[in-house]
Amino acid sequence: MLRLLRLLGQEALTRLGTLGRSAYVLFWTLYSLPRRGDLELLGKQLYQVGVLSLAIIVLSAFSIGAVLALQGYTQLAKIGAEQSVGLGVALVLLRELGPVVTGLLFAGRAGSAMTAEIGLMKTTDQLAGMEMMGVDPLHRVVAPRLWAGIVCLPVLTLIFNAVAIWAAGLVGVDWLGIDPGGFWSGMTDGVEMWEDVGKGMVKSGVFAFLISWIAVFEGYDALPTAEGIGNATTRTVVYSSVVVLAVDFVLTLVMYGEFK
Amino acid sequence: MIRMRTIEISVGAFMLAGIIALIFIAVRVSGVNLSQATGTYTLTARFHDVAGLRVRSKVSMAGVAIGRVAKIDVDSEYGEAIVTFEISDKVANLSADCGAQIQTEGILGGRYVSISQGADEKLLKDGDRIRNTQDAVVLENLIGEFLTRQGGGSNSDKGGS
Repeated sequence: MLRLLRLLGQEALTRLGTLGRSAYVLFWTLYSLPRRGDLELLGKQLYQVGVLSLAIIVLSAFSIGAVLALQGYTQLAKIGAEQSVGLGVALVLLRELGPVVTGLLFAGRAGSAMTAEIGLMKTTDQLAGMEMMGVDPLHRVVAPRLWAGIVCLPVLTLIFNAVAIWAAGLVGVDWLGIDPGGFWSGMTDGVEMWEDVGKGMVKSGVFAFLISWIAVFEGYDALPTAEGIGNATTRTVVYSSVVVLAVDFVLTLVMYGEFK
Repeated sequence: MIRMRTIEISVGAFMLAGIIALIFIAVRVSGVNLSQATGTYTLTARFHDVAGLRVRSKVSMAGVAIGRVAKIDVDSEYGEAIVTFEISDKVANLSADCGAQIQTEGILGGRYVSISQGADEKLLKDGDRIRNTQDAVVLENLIGEFLTRQGGGSNSDKGGS
């Protein structure tokens, strides 16, 4: 019995320790003031994290938009409401699917890469070497990646939404023959700038922060072995995905819930 | 340094793509009308029953949207609903005896307010009340009335025979 209690205590302390270390990493990363040459580092990371993620985001957005239009059409055409496909697709994408799917893809594509990169730097003692030279690795390595993630995910979400809605229009209007007037102006009438687009982007910003934080921390905190990096990368993807889905529910409840 | 240049250019293109996406979503999808920033003025109206009407429901005249429902309050003393509208400044010449009617889009569609122009020389100003109102037709009540009439008819037939 006492042993069980001790195990529980150990587990709790380890978890708390991890949380504390992650808060420490986050704080000192955000606190480190920008210096000359930082823009160049940030630019490189924006390229790595944002530009190189563009292909997967655009491809997924196209498929998801097309599938939504197709499914929505087959169901709504039964009750003669195929004009609402545009509005339905736009609301689903802007409020939920855009931020969430982009977040999940981003965690898999960019988050894992960040973790592996930082973890390998740690394993090969590059981080320790930087400290010896008086360069703060949190500033030089972690901060640009964190900021790049925070900037890139919302931009990627915007691109995702635009491409998906365009794809839905392509499938719905040009292929299935929904009346373009009903499709596009139904969308324009029903979508609100703040209520739908704005709140979706708030979600995206929160996800960006959480995913980047998890990714850089797992890399920074990884055990300096080959296995440690593998585990850290797995944890980044798993934790990010779970956190995105759970936080999405909470944010939806807070922002769209009836009770306020 | 060519490498750095390519990176900078592609990051710039990436950001530009994001901005274009935002503009596409704002203009094409959510219908933000930049010229519509002319402002609005508010009018109120009292109804006996506004069931189904929501904040941000459409206010239209002759089928053209001219504003939105801004607020729905209840006046518990008279048992009436006080609805506040935001009407676009473009429609500034509503006459004092114009009418507001709650209508339904299609059979199952959402509720909206239809405003019909009056003939009075006096015009409504910001904060004025539309006096001439007509409530929503509640489909359930109509069906209920129809059914009781049918039932009542057959009952009286029985009574007669």
